[in-house]
Amino acid sequence: MSKAAELAALIGSQTALSNRNLIINGAMQVWQRGTSTDTISNGGYLCDRWRINHSGTDGNVDVDRSTDVPAGKGFGFSQKISMDASESSLDASDQIRVIQRIEGQNLQSLKKGTSSAELVTISFYVKSSVAATYTVNIRDEDNDRDNSKTYTIDSANTWEFKSITFTGDTTGALDNDNGRSFDLNFWIDAGTGFTSGTFYNGTWAAGDNTKKVSATTGWLESTSPEWYITGVQMEIGEQATPFEHRSFADELRRCQRYYFRMTDNTSQSSIMYGRGGGGGTAIVAAAPMPVPLRASPTITTTGAYHASDHNSRTSFTPSSIVASGWHYQSVNLGMYVAASSTITDDDRVCLIGGNGATTLEISAEL
Amino acid sequence: MIITEAKYVALDGKNIGIRAIINGQTMGVPLDPANAEYAAILEWVAEGNTIQDAD
Repeated sequence: MSKAAELAALIGSQTALSNRNLIINGAMQVWQRGTSTDTISNGGYLCDRWRINHSGTDGNVDVDRSTDVPAGKGFGFSQKISMDASESSLDASDQIRVIQRIEGQNLQSLKKGTSSAELVTISFYVKSSVAATYTVNIRDEDNDRDNSKTYTIDSANTWEFKSITFTGDTTGALDNDNGRSFDLNFWIDAGTGFTSGTFYNGTWAAGDNTKKVSATTGWLESTSPEWYITGVQMEIGEQATPFEHRSFADELRRCQRYYFRMTDNTSQSSIMYGRGGGGGTAIVAAAPMPVPLRASPTITTTGAYHASDHNSRTSFTPSSIVASGWHYQSVNLGMYVAASSTITDDDRVCLIGGNGATTLEISAEL
Repeated sequence: MIITEAKYVALDGKNIGIRAIINGQTMGVPLDPANAEYAAILEWVAEGNTIQDAD
C-alpha cells in the first residue's frame, strides 16, 4: 500500500475527513469583542469562544490578538496571554488558564459513557516565555469527571507543536443538549490548590481541583511572562491530523451562536423595531440575529437610543434590556427594553442608535 | 463572576428577567437555566443573596 493510501486508510478509520475539529475558532481568527485588553476579568472573553479564568494574581491579565504565529502553517493570528506584573510568591489559589466550553450535543460522537468511548486527540501550536511542563485538562461538567495530561515546552520563546491523546471515558454520558458539558483547559500556571493531589495523568476520575494540574510552571512568578497559542484542534482518534482550516465566514457564524455585538454607525442605522408597552415604561422589541443563538442571551447595552415613530423621535437610555423571546431555531430575538416615560403603549417604533455610540452585546456563552 | 446587584424586571406583573450588575457591568439576564449568567445568579442566591423585587 502506498504512503498516501496508508494515510487515507488511517484517517478514514478513525474520524471524518471534514468537520473533524470540535473546537470553534481554533485558529484565533474571530475577535468580535476587540483585539486587546489590559485587564480581562475572571471568566472573561476577548478572543471568541476562548474564556480566560484567573484568580489570585498580583498583576492584571492581558489578552491580545497577535500576529506572532508558527511559520509556514497558514495561521494569521495567535492568542497572547501576558501579565503586567509578576507574582511575588505563588499562593495556593493562584491560577491562570485558557478554556473552551463545549455543548454536549456537539460531542455525542465521543460516545462518552459507553463501552465504545472514543479516544480524543488535542493538538496545538504553543509558545511561552517559560520553558516548563504544562497541563492540558479535559473536564466532563455533566458528570463531574476530569482527566489531565502534560506537555513540555522545550525552548522558551519558540513555537512548538504539541499533540496529546486522551483515552475514552466509559463512565458518564454527556447530555445531548445545548448546555455546558465539556471543558478544554490549557493551564498556564497554578498554585498548590490545583497541584497538591495525585495528578490525573491520563486517567479519568471524579473531579478534584487538587488533581487537575501536574505542577507549577513558574510562569506567574517569571519576569514579563507571555504565552501564545493557535491552531487548536480536538478530534476523535489517536493521531493528530493536519489542522482543519476553516474560512473566516464559517468561523464567525459558529462564534455568533455564542456572542454577537450589534453597533450602530454614524448614519444611525436601525437596531431594533417594536412597540410601546408596560404602560409607557418599556418597548417590546425584536432584532434579527446573524444565526440562531445557543440559548436565551444576556444583553449588555451602552449608549443612547432614538425611538422613532412615523413623525417624531424620542431619545432615551434604557436602564436594561432583557431577552424575552428566544427560540433555538429562530434568528429573531425578542427583547424588553426598560425605558420609562418614552413611548405610549402600542405606538410602533424603530430603535436607532445614538450616532455611533450605541452598542448591544448579545451573549449566549456557556 | 462578581455579582453585586440583581433585581427582577417585570412585564405586566410577571417577572421576565433580571437586571444585574456583574463584573461591574449592568446586564439584562433572562430566566433561562441554560444562560451562564442566570446560572451564576442562582448560585449567588444559594449563597444567601437575594434578587430584589421588580419595581
